[in-house]
Amino acid sequence: MHQEYTVIEGDFVNAGKASSSVKKTLKQLNVNPQVVKRVVVALYEAEVNAIAHAYGGKVIVDIDADKIKMVVADKGPGIPDIALAMQEGYSTARPEVRDMGFGAGMGLPNMQKNVDRLNVTSEVGVGTTVEMEVNFQ
Amino acid sequence: MTLREIVDKLGATVGLGSDKLDMEVEHCFASDLMSDVLTLKDTPVLITGLCNVQTIRTCDMANLDVVIFVRGKRPTEDMVELADENDMVLICCQYSMFKTCGILYEAGMKPLY
Ligand SMILES: Nc1ncnc2c1ncn2[C@@H]1O[C@H](COP(=O)(O)OP(=O)(O)O)[C@@H](O)[C@H]1O
Ligand SMILES: [Mg+2]
Repeated sequence: MHQEYTVIEGDFVNAGKASSSVKKTLKQLNVNPQVVKRVVVALYEAEVNAIAHAYGGKVIVDIDADKIKMVVADKGPGIPDIALAMQEGYSTARPEVRDMGFGAGMGLPNMQKNVDRLNVTSEVGVGTTVEMEVNFQ
Repeated sequence: MTLREIVDKLGATVGLGSDKLDMEVEHCFASDLMSDVLTLKDTPVLITGLCNVQTIRTCDMANLDVVIFVRGKRPTEDMVELADENDMVLICCQYSMFKTCGILYEAGMKPLY
C-alpha cells in the first residue's frame, strides 16, 4: 500500500496529520499496537522537523505484509552536521517551535530509538531526506 | 482513582468526555515538552500547561487518553474536535502545574518513573 502526504512550512496545526492517518491504516491492518506506536512517534517527529526546520516537503509511506517504509523528504536548509543533529539535546529550533512543545533536541534521537532502520541524508541549501523502516514482527 | 475523583480534588471542569469519568487511572506524567511525552510507555494521564493542537496530536501518537490542562488553559474548538475523534477526556483546572501534581500525588496517583 502506497500513501503520500504533503507537509507545508510552518503549518503546525496540521503537523501530525500524516502520522495520524498512518496510525488508522496500521490499526485496520491489525498491526501490533506497540509497533504502531513506534511507527507513528517516529513519523510524527520527522513531520514536525520538516515543518519546523525546513520549507515543507513530502511524506511517502509504503506498507507491505511485514514492514513499513517511510520517507520524509523536505526542501530546506539541510543539516550541515548530521552526527551533531542526532545528539540528544542539540537543537536550533525557533521560539515558535518550542511553543509547540518541540525543540528540545529529542526528535532525531526519538526516531532512532523507535525504528529498525534510520537513514538521514542532507544537502545544505537543498533539503533533507529521512528514511525509516519498521518491521512488523 | 477515578477521573471523577481527580476532577473533584482539583475543582476542575470537564472540557470533553464527561461520560468517561468512571475510568480508573493509576499513573500520571506531567510535561510541557511533547518530545518527552513521545518517549513514554503507555500512560493514560498527561498533566500539561501546553494547550494547542500539538498536545492532542501527541496524545494520539503516544496513546494518551486523558489530558489535564493547568493554569486555566482551555482547549480550542479544533482541539476538542480532534480529541473527540480519539475518544479522549479533557480536564481543565485553575491550579498551577506544581499544585496540581502535589494534590494528585498526595491523593495516591503514582509517577511513571
Ligand atoms: N528536516 C530538517 N531540516 C533542517 N534541519 C533539521 C531537520 N531536522 C532536524 N534538523 C536539525 O537538527 C536539529 C535536531 O533535530 P531534532 O532532534 O528533531 O530536535 P528539535 O527538532 O527539537 O530541534 C534541529 O534543531 C535542526 O537544527
Ligand atoms: Mg524535531
